[in-house]
Amino acid sequence: MPKEKLRLSGVRKAFGDVPVLNGIDLSVSEGEMVCLIGSSGSGKSTLLRCINLLEPIDNGKIIFNDEDISQPGLDPQPVRQRIGLVFQSFNLFPHMTAYENVILAPRRVFKRSGTELHSEIKALFERFGLAQRTQHYPDQLSGGQQQRVAIIRALAMEPQIMLFDEVTSALDPELIGEVLDVLRQLRMQGMTMILATHEIEFAREAADYVCMLDEGRIIEKATPDVIFSNPREERTKRFLASVLNKS
Amino acid sequence: MQARSDERQQYERRQQRKGFAIAAASSLAVVVALIYFVPKTPGWQKVRASFFNGEILLSTFPSLLKAFLLDIAIFMWSLPAIAIIGLLIALCRDQRSAVMFPLRIFGVLYTDIFRGVPVILTVFLIGFGIPGLGLPRPWNSPYIWGSLALILTYSAYVAEIIRGGINSIHDSQRAAGKSLGLSNTDTMRFIVLPQALRRVVPANMNMLVALQKDVALLSFIGPVELLRQAGVHKSLLANFTPYVGAALIFLAVTVPATRYADYLLARQHRERS
Repeated sequence: MPKEKLRLSGVRKAFGDVPVLNGIDLSVSEGEMVCLIGSSGSGKSTLLRCINLLEPIDNGKIIFNDEDISQPGLDPQPVRQRIGLVFQSFNLFPHMTAYENVILAPRRVFKRSGTELHSEIKALFERFGLAQRTQHYPDQLSGGQQQRVAIIRALAMEPQIMLFDEVTSALDPELIGEVLDVLRQLRMQGMTMILATHEIEFAREAADYVCMLDEGRIIEKATPDVIFSNPREERTKRFLASVLNKS
Repeated sequence: MQARSDERQQYERRQQRKGFAIAAASSLAVVVALIYFVPKTPGWQKVRASFFNGEILLSTFPSLLKAFLLDIAIFMWSLPAIAIIGLLIALCRDQRSAVMFPLRIFGVLYTDIFRGVPVILTVFLIGFGIPGLGLPRPWNSPYIWGSLALILTYSAYVAEIIRGGINSIHDSQRAAGKSLGLSNTDTMRFIVLPQALRRVVPANMNMLVALQKDVALLSFIGPVELLRQAGVHKSLLANFTPYVGAALIFLAVTVPATRYADYLLARQHRERS
């Protein structure tokens, strides 16, 4: 039985009077990949931002490595260093080269020297096929390359879990594949991952579990085989029908 | 198709030439009217003698230029102070935590007060008020306190410009920094500020032009800079031509600077759209 990495219990979050998460329970074990599906506004992004402590939760608990990271007053910085987050819109720093984007956080946070980090970071760029792009600025890179740099940037902090917030949604269709390849590679290396995604095919192929979110609740959690071929909930059926018809 | 597009290009070229001709003709008409009508006004002879006396202009111009060096000196030593204080005040106003609340209040008061008082009044209050405390030399110098008045006023404006730049950086940039575990200070220093400062260069160029002119206000509390020097000549010669000379000197500096600021703004606009 693999160790439990992350557990959410009864997580609630509202923006003003608008409830976004209505009691989320979720457990993710080490090395697992969990996909979150559901229409926009169902709370997928907010859930990921809450786990990364970018948004404080109103109620419930987030346990990460047996530590309650949702307790009020906890310093979020050391937690975020161990939880990588990749955004839909990349959010690279436009005034820095790809290399500078990646090296900034390890250098500042871990106080490690640039020369010490150099070989590790070069290896990361090589591993994801970007060895020739280290000195390029974000606007000189394609969307797929930018998103891969963003993933490298998060990996350089050596996180124990990676969160991906619709990382292929802003990409041209022909660039999606290269980013999904990166995710497959990470999965094979045993990275614990949570993905909010609309890539049903990818979820079917790679996920251990798929969670269907609706109005801030996980209404169905099952293995991809079950949820995609024989969903229990009417809402899930409708959602899958609409997503699959589009492609 | 080829013939059709040639036809279109010819038409557009004709239109362009026509527009140029009209602009030239109307400008010429205005200039001719000015040259013809202004000398017909009853006071023209007197005005010309007292404002546009070529001899006086030539004889006073060298000393005006020399006095202008003092304007430049005041401008140059005020500039770094304005940049540093402006940045610090902008950062004060950006504080979000409760502990830093007093800093935030201080920033608000600072910008409100020094943008709210006419520059000349700040120059008077500080330039006369502080030396009035009977400080020993050199601490009673109007150069110091006059410059301080300019620094206080302009750093308040610059602070607001920088704050605007900081606010214009999308929140997702801060989120990206934070998600990597960077501290708030590092996120500001390495991610937000470098982008914000670059964005506000054109707006700050305009402040430089304004400051260059406002240095002349110090003439009211003592320093013999360009405006004051022109005033001295005017009194001695009973002629206003030195003022015109002073205006020409200011224009020689401010016009290119303004053009450059406009150029930067236009370029920035192109880059963002």
